[in-house]
Amino acid sequence: MSHEPALPTGAIGVEAVSMTMRFGDFTALDAVTINIRPGTFHALLGENGAGKSTLVKCIMGFYHATSGGVLVDGHDARIKDPVDAQKLGLGMVYQHFTLVPSLTGAENLVISRADAPGVIPWRQERARLDGFLDRMPFRVPLDQPVNRLSAGEKQKLEILKQLYLGSRFLILDEPTSVLTPAEADEVLGHVRGLCSAGQISVLMISHKFREVTQFADDVSVLRRGKLAGGGAVSDLTHADMARMMMGEETERRELSRTLTNGETVLALHAVQASDRSGLKSIAIDDLQVRAGEILGVAGVSGNGQTELMEILTGQRRLTGGTISVKDAPYHATRREARDLRVRYLPEEPLYNACAPRMSVAENLAFRLFDIGTDGKPRIWKNSRAILDNAASRIAEFKVKTTSPHSPISALSGGNVQRAVLARELTGDVDLLVVANPCFGLDFAAVAAIRDRLIEARNSGVAVLLISEDLDEILELSDRIVVMSEGRIAFETSAAAANTAEIGSYMAGHA
Amino acid sequence: MTDIGLWGVPLAILGGAIRVSTPFLFVSLGECLTERSGRINLGLEGTLVFGAMTGYAVAYQSGSPWLGVLAAALAGAVFGLFHGWICKFRGVNDIAIGIAMMLLGMGLAFYFGKPFIQPVAPDLPAIPLGWWSDIPQVQAALQVNALFIVGGLLALALHWMFRATRIGLTIRVVGDSTDAARAIGLNPDTVRLLATAAGGALAGIGGAYLSLYYPGSWNEGISSGQGLMAVALVIFARWNPINCFWAALLFGGAGALGPALQSVGVSSGYYLFFAAPYVLTLALLILTSSPDKALHGAPGELSITK
Repeated sequence: MSHEPALPTGAIGVEAVSMTMRFGDFTALDAVTINIRPGTFHALLGENGAGKSTLVKCIMGFYHATSGGVLVDGHDARIKDPVDAQKLGLGMVYQHFTLVPSLTGAENLVISRADAPGVIPWRQERARLDGFLDRMPFRVPLDQPVNRLSAGEKQKLEILKQLYLGSRFLILDEPTSVLTPAEADEVLGHVRGLCSAGQISVLMISHKFREVTQFADDVSVLRRGKLAGGGAVSDLTHADMARMMMGEETERRELSRTLTNGETVLALHAVQASDRSGLKSIAIDDLQVRAGEILGVAGVSGNGQTELMEILTGQRRLTGGTISVKDAPYHATRREARDLRVRYLPEEPLYNACAPRMSVAENLAFRLFDIGTDGKPRIWKNSRAILDNAASRIAEFKVKTTSPHSPISALSGGNVQRAVLARELTGDVDLLVVANPCFGLDFAAVAAIRDRLIEARNSGVAVLLISEDLDEILELSDRIVVMSEGRIAFETSAAAANTAEIGSYMAGHA
Repeated sequence: MTDIGLWGVPLAILGGAIRVSTPFLFVSLGECLTERSGRINLGLEGTLVFGAMTGYAVAYQSGSPWLGVLAAALAGAVFGLFHGWICKFRGVNDIAIGIAMMLLGMGLAFYFGKPFIQPVAPDLPAIPLGWWSDIPQVQAALQVNALFIVGGLLALALHWMFRATRIGLTIRVVGDSTDAARAIGLNPDTVRLLATAAGGALAGIGGAYLSLYYPGSWNEGISSGQGLMAVALVIFARWNPINCFWAALLFGGAGALGPALQSVGVSSGYYLFFAAPYVLTLALLILTSSPDKALHGAPGELSITK
């Protein structure tokens, strides 16, 4: 019972040597070698699907590499599972939090310890935890259930947990994806400090160049499972890293816009709702989208964008205010959506806009299966019409599927996205509400989806684009608003947009 | 008998609450334990009836009511283990298995229980906590069974366990997030198996109380759905053992409302008062629900709250 949380006894170096991982025919990792020197902050860059996660999962023992090995502190290490990795002082902070939401911070820390006592003497444990926190560069409230902490606090608690467990080598999997820029800088600054002090070495998965140049010592870049380059960060420019990450064909096509200037289609007035936690409120005083424009809603994840989408799709109750589409009050019923020609592409469409186990053809028919050619409700399903519709949509939007009868969950992410967009852009559309349409897609799919959105805009559709990807907002939008703390904090035209200014409003600092 | 007039009603309700609530208490504590580990066992109604039969049969054969209670707990644990074992397989739904187990438990109890309908088994002892009063009604109301006190202490013990022991924290981790449990090296299936077994044992004890104390005999109509109502009760108690205790008392009191009113001569609407616990179940579930929010305090892995 005389357990003292193991103090980090100093950073250790880790080297992955010629790591190869095959899943069936697919080579996810191809002879990748990276070396993280003790006490350094090493960044691992790469596009989605480049093999970053596979590499760290091989290091941590989640996957067993087809060939290759890991050297920990210069010695050959046999890591069968994450418990072995933990014993060697290797810890990982996952992109999705692994803290138990309803337990307090203190309970989370104590129960994660392998030698947690049978009866927990809370007074002594608290004294020990406070002593541990005193040695740390940052603190987190430990008496609150974790689900009441902010994303930044959770991330800090995850890192604290690893240090508490005695990890001397930390893998951070996109640690800042859920943080505001200010929170990200704070957390990474502390991690950087721990590295400089020689307490830990860090391998951080990222695809944000800014973080890499600001905090990392070394960088390795993966592309399609191969090591595409790397070196000391100080020797590389953003352009160098971008070239390694994306290969040569990174030329961004200019999207052709035809000028249209239409009537106001969507108008939100004094809209109020409670947010997901029920603790804060969403308040949008005035938001209008005109025909033939793309209005981009930027913001750091968790500032009310999800709730805005839910308000517009009728999944969240309004506590005040009105929504109107073409001057008609709108409550997002199926009937109103059909009459007013409102369509949606929610984020993660496989779960939010599809019945995953139903076929592609059936999913494509969701907007039309219950109305006949005469516009009246129909009773019997018309399989012919459903298949014809599927065939033409699949051809027009180039959806790759083995057959219209295969379940939509068998399609890749980009193809699900295309299929849903095909369904939503069928027929006359006046308003399209889109959330994070390109999340997790590869380059080709991203380009195809964005072309479709611009095409819709050019044909006079009003598009509301909610996205956490600022580059996407800047590329597509005619007008940009920034959401922060559930409110519209800033509005600008895309032509006059200034990234730094938008960034400071996103962070809530302006 | 002393005439105490309308005072008889609250007194009878109190006495009834203590008498009727014990099975509710044990079943709901058992269900609370199981649900905190992230699984629902709807089969506790069957476990309760089977426990009642086993307890009665063993008490009759051995002559010791406490041996009967022990046997009922063991039988309940076996039912719980069976449920927990089946539920670890992929694609098995705990609610469907629970309903099957409920019917199985009742069927087996009726089958094996046939020879024990006639014989009389020894009752569990009661503690006369009303010794300080001369009024016979007070003395009658405060005849408290030992199991009720055990149940109350158990609620406190479970509350403490969830807060301050490794076992308690382990159960909460598994119930709240299977992924987090795996990440810290726990085996969620094992934890749930044991939690379901322990929950089954408690439900078995609740059954033994039915047949060995109140009403105190074994027959096929011995349970009036206490095992099912306990599930609603756990939700109402927000998965907190201490709240389970108060909720069980409240339900017991509602169950005693009919007989209490009858005793002072209110006889119209008699069956309506007997429906009070069921009406209360419905009313509480409606009143404590919210159209917007998920239930506060619900274990994250529970199949009904996902």
